[in-house]
Amino acid sequence: MTEGSIIGVDIGGTFTDLVVLDASGALRIAKVPTTPENRAEGVLSALEAGGVALGEVASISHGTTATTNAIIERKIARVGLITTQGFRDVLELGRRTRPKPYGLIGSFEPLIPRELRLEVPERMAADGSVITPLDESAVRAAIDRLRALGCEALVIHFLHSYRNPMHERRAAEIAAAMWPEGYITAGHEISSEFREYERGVAASVNAAVQPILDRYVGRLQSGLEARGFARDLLIMQGNGGSIAARQVVRHAINTVMSGPASGVMAAAAIARATGLERIITYDMGGTSTDVGLVEGGVPAVSTELELEYAMPVHVPMVDVHSIGAGGGSIAWIDRAGLLRVGPESAGAMPGPIAYGKGGTRPTITDANLVLGRLDPARLLAVKAPPSREAIAERLEAALGRTLGLDGDATASAIIRIANDRMAGAIRMISLARGHDPRDFTLLAFGGAGPLHAVALARELSIPRVLIPARPGLTNALGCAIADLRHDFVTTLNAPLASLDDTRLRAVLTEQITAGRAAIARDNVAVESVEFRFAADMQFDGQTHILTVALPSTEAGVDSLHAAFAIAYRERFAVELQGIGVNLVALKTAAIGRRAAPPLHALAGDGSASTLDGALVATRPVWFDGGWREAPIYERTKLPVNAVFEGPALVLQFDATSVIEPGNRVRRDTLGNLIVEVAP
Amino acid sequence: MSELDPVTLAVIESGLIQVCNEMDLAFVRAAFSPVISETLDRSDGIYAAGDGALIAQGELGLPIFVGTMQDSTAAVIARAKEIREGDIFIVNDPYMGGTHLMDVRFVMPYFHGGKLFAWLANTGHWPDIGGMVPGGFSANATEVEQEGLRLPPVKLFKAGVLDEEILAIILSNIRIAGQRIGDIQAQAAALHVGARRLGALIGRYGAATVEAAIAELRRRAARQMRACITTIPDGIYRGRAIVDSDGVVNEPLVIEMTITKRDGDLYFDMAGTSPPCQGPMNSVIATTRSSIYLAIKHVFPEVPINAGTFEPLHIKDPVGTFLYAEYPRPVSGCAAEVSQRIAEAVFDALALAIPERLFAAPAGTSGNLALGGHDPKRNRSYVMYVISGGGYGGSMSLDGLSNGCSTIGISKTTPIEVFEQRYPVLFEEYALREGSCGTGRQRGGFGVRYRLRLREGSARASMVMDHGRVGPNGAAGGATGAVTTIQIEQRGEVYRPAHLSKDQGIELEAGDAITVETPGGGGFGDPFARDPALIEQDIRRGYYTPADAAERFGVVLAEDRVDVVGSALLRRNGRATG
Repeated sequence: MTEGSIIGVDIGGTFTDLVVLDASGALRIAKVPTTPENRAEGVLSALEAGGVALGEVASISHGTTATTNAIIERKIARVGLITTQGFRDVLELGRRTRPKPYGLIGSFEPLIPRELRLEVPERMAADGSVITPLDESAVRAAIDRLRALGCEALVIHFLHSYRNPMHERRAAEIAAAMWPEGYITAGHEISSEFREYERGVAASVNAAVQPILDRYVGRLQSGLEARGFARDLLIMQGNGGSIAARQVVRHAINTVMSGPASGVMAAAAIARATGLERIITYDMGGTSTDVGLVEGGVPAVSTELELEYAMPVHVPMVDVHSIGAGGGSIAWIDRAGLLRVGPESAGAMPGPIAYGKGGTRPTITDANLVLGRLDPARLLAVKAPPSREAIAERLEAALGRTLGLDGDATASAIIRIANDRMAGAIRMISLARGHDPRDFTLLAFGGAGPLHAVALARELSIPRVLIPARPGLTNALGCAIADLRHDFVTTLNAPLASLDDTRLRAVLTEQITAGRAAIARDNVAVESVEFRFAADMQFDGQTHILTVALPSTEAGVDSLHAAFAIAYRERFAVELQGIGVNLVALKTAAIGRRAAPPLHALAGDGSASTLDGALVATRPVWFDGGWREAPIYERTKLPVNAVFEGPALVLQFDATSVIEPGNRVRRDTLGNLIVEVAP
Repeated sequence: MSELDPVTLAVIESGLIQVCNEMDLAFVRAAFSPVISETLDRSDGIYAAGDGALIAQGELGLPIFVGTMQDSTAAVIARAKEIREGDIFIVNDPYMGGTHLMDVRFVMPYFHGGKLFAWLANTGHWPDIGGMVPGGFSANATEVEQEGLRLPPVKLFKAGVLDEEILAIILSNIRIAGQRIGDIQAQAAALHVGARRLGALIGRYGAATVEAAIAELRRRAARQMRACITTIPDGIYRGRAIVDSDGVVNEPLVIEMTITKRDGDLYFDMAGTSPPCQGPMNSVIATTRSSIYLAIKHVFPEVPINAGTFEPLHIKDPVGTFLYAEYPRPVSGCAAEVSQRIAEAVFDALALAIPERLFAAPAGTSGNLALGGHDPKRNRSYVMYVISGGGYGGSMSLDGLSNGCSTIGISKTTPIEVFEQRYPVLFEEYALREGSCGTGRQRGGFGVRYRLRLREGSARASMVMDHGRVGPNGAAGGATGAVTTIQIEQRGEVYRPAHLSKDQGIELEAGDAITVETPGGGGFGDPFARDPALIEQDIRRGYYTPADAAERFGVVLAEDRVDVVGSALLRRNGRATG
């Protein structure tokens, strides 16, 4: 394939970011306003702003929040359901829960309303044998009815289809001839989980966003083609890999969490380039914070995400924990007199007080500004900010008087509370899963991440922080460099002892063949194709599974046994003997490795020959209860291997990094700032 | 550091809750019984060293255990001798701060610097604890010995080592004992996970600071609860709830709840409530108290939970009633059913005082159905639990949720596919129960209808449900929801239990079936004031019939659309005559 630039595009709530990595190693970036009505427009104008000649582009990869937002805002397609007789209400009844542990007022609307859920005679037993054959004429009648009711997409969801998909397949065949748009989802194709609600929701989510995603990528692809781009657009999936736009639509659900996944993938690549084995990714933007954990350069992938109340999305996704704490999160006092921060956000309008657009409620951004960590004159897209003193007064009036604190101390308290919530999110993905934060490096990005990272690391006893060269563009970078990825799951659900090595290897070999074919269909140059294998296992009698990585297809019954015993002891600190082990599923991830990204291109020129040459000013900044005069460095000018100590601020176009007193910083050859955190 | 700033306080508060959340999570992931791993019938918390008062509880735990674990921890404290690091007490005695026998508590001392700092405790619902019926939900036991093995606080682990002799006694007295060791290890592992996290918290902030924070959080929770109570006008409010029967004598049991609000406090008096009953619908005092606590917490969910939350609530011991069970009264129905009736009596009273915060009664039954049998194909015995949800009550702003979980729990149902994989049963239907809502301006949510058929072998079924006699109450003019119905198909004969919602010893052969319909929630406000557009939508969805709409909501349809004039006339005339 000819050399050409690779492009990553990330659409955030406020800005659409673009990163162009030229074959020559040069970097170009662009930031244009997001166009929420038709996001494709924003992408096209970002490409224009970046001066990209589309004829010379090798690939365009794109992270999208289109599907997530469609579900959350319920701007979804009209979907019909055909299901097993007696079970059309499974999707409405759920698992018998309520939104919160306390309080009995709440509501839930299924993605498919009841009048669009139809039943047909058919029934499989749990062992996959047929109890009632599929009534094909009933299937045809149901399809006719759903067409007449104006459905655009169709879900076929039968009990025990994970064990025997024959009826689902046949019904889908019948539908294919009668459903011209082709938006047909059979439950077993999306998830092979043996829980009818969870599998059914996954299928409904897929169908509900499929037409929307199809139209969106269609518009974008044809817009690009009209401008001379002849290749396939790549779309980022929640599993952290990308896939050709033409292929993604079939499994539209895989684009849920596409946005956060790109950041984690970029962080993992940066960690690999820097030689870090274990990182915690910390992506703090305007409204939310996403944290993830990467070991051995590979992000953890989970199949247990819940998008919102009663909306499990059990397909492989980069394991990211999100909380409502971002720069725009609002600080408030609860009825017990305790200071709280978020999850409500001031958003882009009116935004923080500091934006001067009519915001009156204190936010994290305002607190950072009062403490001297942000410069009001350098806020992106802000024209006439109020003064630091005016904001401090507002903080004192709104919160400080109740707490008995002045404006500065109130700002400091907001930061501590916000940091504590973010620390809680990091504990949930590290400590709560048996990891010790002391073994990790905190990789901080997003527009606001570098403001808080060093303090957070100290709170969590994380010994090191890495702030990449372009914190505010890391998500777009993640799209640009993402590998291709396809996941395959085969459910076996049988006692391990009843299986033999030949069977296990045959399953994995089949998955490999399917993986190679899928990557070939993506039609993008890859350097190599790799496979990762894993087994979902449990003790006989358990319903939850433990996923164990397998080194190769040579895995046999004995080695699976041993690997499970070790993983179980690590997680639960107990050893169980004499209880049989079940193999629930074998999984393969097929990864099309793309050329390593030229990360050095991000580093900036390091134009100053000495540290002092990068010093632009000093300013009082509040640390641990007092003001300290802190030097301010221009990030792009910092020379390679420059070393300095906090207190200090490091400024750049897309972020500000805060270095707490007593912590030593080095700028490495890739342009990263590496902070050794004093205990 | 002795001075406690609000920031440190908030950090320690969330730190304590995280300790509990992590215990909750570890317990579920490692457990074997679906009743814990899928339905989440468990709870974990931290309790005070001296008196067992609640310090923090996991956000994922069962609400009913909030109050009862304080009492069972206190019972351990009263009996414990020579407490050492690594000891874990086991206790399920209902009369010592318990619920029913299946709820087994583990209580572990936590030491800091050689001194007892707090107790970590959890409760897990065991799938069997011996007794006369598989699963423990006897519908007609008359003494606690029939209900299962009763354990006073004894050390199951001594200095970290499992006592094989006590274990052997336990395993010899319960059904399907084979897998219990895995659950026991999971329950203990959760406490160790908690100890590790609590140690880290104390290591970070210092024992004195954490202790000071615990005391301050307790004061603040009490203050916040009083602030909420102050919004209720001073006065005396009366509510009532009815239990179908005790399972032995087929007569209703009545709960009379009188709530007096004075200043920032609430006083609960249950005078007039039915006397102790012969069957297993008695409630031990720990459960009675806990039911009132969680009812109030449902009304004011924003108040955090610790011992201070309950300080403004004063409960007069209902001595001489079935809500104050003493040995050897049977109690298997108290945790799952009577507790919910107590909560409903509280809701019923407060709906008169602050309707804007209340809701009509929820389905209020856990729908416990246990099937103990033998699977000839796999040659193994099993105990299978089915729980079911029902409609929640309407409120001032919203219709009730359909198939909500029990008032006292947050447990999920086990998936049908999991049931059918494990047990020789076939579900023929699992559906929204049409027409079951209590009507109102905001109607109740819908109950569920399911039918399950035994495919192989034979089994014995027992069930303890409620609301078979009277449906969940409406509020502010709304109507009651539909009642529980049970239908048993035995060798072609169909019958309904004499006690409507309770039965046991039902012998099932392959081909026999049980059909259960669970209650809909009560309605809120005048049904004739319901927006006709919503009624049109309800009918389009098949939630109830056009005939229902005319009769119960005063709305008529013509060609699937609301007939505006016809409806207005019907509503006016309906009101004039009705």
